[in-house]
Amino acid sequence: MNNFIDYKLIELGQWTVGLFNDYPVVQILVHLLLATLPLTLVFMGAFGFSTWLERKGLARIQNRLGPNRVGIFGLLQPLADGIKMLLKEDIVPDRSDKLFHFLAPVMLMVPAFIAVGFLPLGDGLMALPMDSAILFFFAVGSLNTIAVFMAGWSSRNKYSLLGGMRAVAQMISYEIPLVLSAVAVIMFSGSLNAQEIVASQQIQSWLASGNLVKEFFGQILGWHIFKPWGFAGFIFFFVAALAEANRSPFDLPEADSEIIAGHLTEYSGFKYAIFFMAEYISAFAIAGIATTLFLGGWSGPVIAGLPWFIIKMFSLFAVMIWIRGTLPRLRVDQLMGYAWKFLLPLAILNIFVAGFYYFAEQQFGSLAAFIGGWVIGFGILQTAAKGLSRLNKSPTLDGKRVYQLVE
Amino acid sequence: MSLIAKGILQGMAVTAKNFIQSYYKKERLPTVEYPEEKSTVNQFTRNIPFLVYDGEDEIEGMRCTACKLCEKACPPQCIYIIKDTDENDKPIKRPKVFDIDSSVCMSCQLCVEVCPFESIRMDSEFELSNENRFEGLLINRDELLKSNEYYHEIHPIEAQETDDRIAAKIAEAETKKKAREEKARLAAEAKQAAAAMKAAEEAAAETETSATEQAQQSEAKAEAPEDNPETKNT
Repeated sequence: MNNFIDYKLIELGQWTVGLFNDYPVVQILVHLLLATLPLTLVFMGAFGFSTWLERKGLARIQNRLGPNRVGIFGLLQPLADGIKMLLKEDIVPDRSDKLFHFLAPVMLMVPAFIAVGFLPLGDGLMALPMDSAILFFFAVGSLNTIAVFMAGWSSRNKYSLLGGMRAVAQMISYEIPLVLSAVAVIMFSGSLNAQEIVASQQIQSWLASGNLVKEFFGQILGWHIFKPWGFAGFIFFFVAALAEANRSPFDLPEADSEIIAGHLTEYSGFKYAIFFMAEYISAFAIAGIATTLFLGGWSGPVIAGLPWFIIKMFSLFAVMIWIRGTLPRLRVDQLMGYAWKFLLPLAILNIFVAGFYYFAEQQFGSLAAFIGGWVIGFGILQTAAKGLSRLNKSPTLDGKRVYQLVE
Repeated sequence: MSLIAKGILQGMAVTAKNFIQSYYKKERLPTVEYPEEKSTVNQFTRNIPFLVYDGEDEIEGMRCTACKLCEKACPPQCIYIIKDTDENDKPIKRPKVFDIDSSVCMSCQLCVEVCPFESIRMDSEFELSNENRFEGLLINRDELLKSNEYYHEIHPIEAQETDDRIAAKIAEAETKKKAREEKARLAAEAKQAAAAMKAAEEAAAETETSATEQAQQSEAKAEAPEDNPETKNT
């Protein structure tokens, strides 16, 4: 294995904890701090960097330059924005529910950071090592629905309330395909433990063979995305993740051209910044869990461990930015229809395909299962997708559009 | 599904193309970072008037003759002209004061249209901001005066046309002058000839007239006494 960075980090942590052997209480505190503080700081930094990345990327997509005034290439722009946000007046609407208006950003931030703790950043690098990490991740991740609705309702603003209601509808709808597409992976690897799921995506016999080429490819070819059900599942998961993270094209809760800023309408100053941060960090978390489930987690050639995980997570985030720069926002009915009439049946079908693939692998060997899976399993999924889109087609779409005027 | 997926992938390809090409293609990143890099203006830009002078010296080469036509033509009345005088308080064809209030000027170009001496023209300068909003925005004569070379630089086609027109005017004036001189010369010659002829005639007639005059005088003297009683009678 070549993920020495992870081992060094773990060694450093153990050494630091070992310093406080004589003070057990302090040792527990230090242990807690070591687990949480770096994660918090790293992800806060990643949030700042990703806002810069998003603004730069979107600007380039739109043939602009993007922020380039603060620091070299505008890299200090997030810092400047943060200071600006801190200095801004915190306006609370007069008739709002002050307590819940205050609690909503906190409610959103806490689950976002907890979710980050379940990410297997490297071999053994996990802030909250837990056997049911994936399950807990989804459980905690669904908490932000409540926070968003809290923000929307407590603001006492019609746009906020509309945004909150949209958020609840969207998040509950997309939670189901999200979890169902993850179920296939959990079935296949037979564990809810994130580390074991990552391990199931490495071809262990190749890694142990000592052959360099085999070791190189053993870290890649086992990823679930190369399997038919994994590929389909990744697409479903990613689409649902976009909706879960309120990212374009599913940013209906804060659709600025329709309902101003949705649940963020009445937030200003640092509370707004916290909302922003929580959203980005939950986007990171969900990109990280997609990496874990389908892209082999921290496994990768040469520098396996933390670097590969970060590269994959940021690549997924970059794809999110790319999608934001490309696709227009969906309508509310399209959004709901897509979740319930399209993603959900396909995700359920995908579970069956994954089950058949699992037994085929045991019966006929992995190569035969691989080829047969792509031909038969993916064929079934594609046929089902075509059939579903035909069933879902609205009757007036083909012919001339008919408008019924209200009399 | 396939239709939607195709559409999405096509859209993603377009945005990716925009993203990548913005790093090496100029037309994908047309931004001009203004304070560091000045925007180029094309030669049809018109902003605020300026005064053209020929040659090296601003005052000597000034085309303006302070005829005040532009002052009268200006709709928002932003031009203010005072005629210059020489040391004997005699007005000369040159402005002493020529002010344009750039805060009032509406860039209508009517002053340019009306100027018979091709003197006032539109500038393409756009950095007109100033710290003082009264005196700072009032552009005086010395600031307005700009050389003909500058005019060629900013509006090459128009400047060339103007130069051609001025050259044609000068050439026309020259031929007219020549014609006039020729005519004058001919007239003078004719006059001279006539005068000479007259002189000769006079010289020739001198002797004849003296004789007749004497005769007339004697006749008049003779007649005079006869006439006088008649006039007295009447």
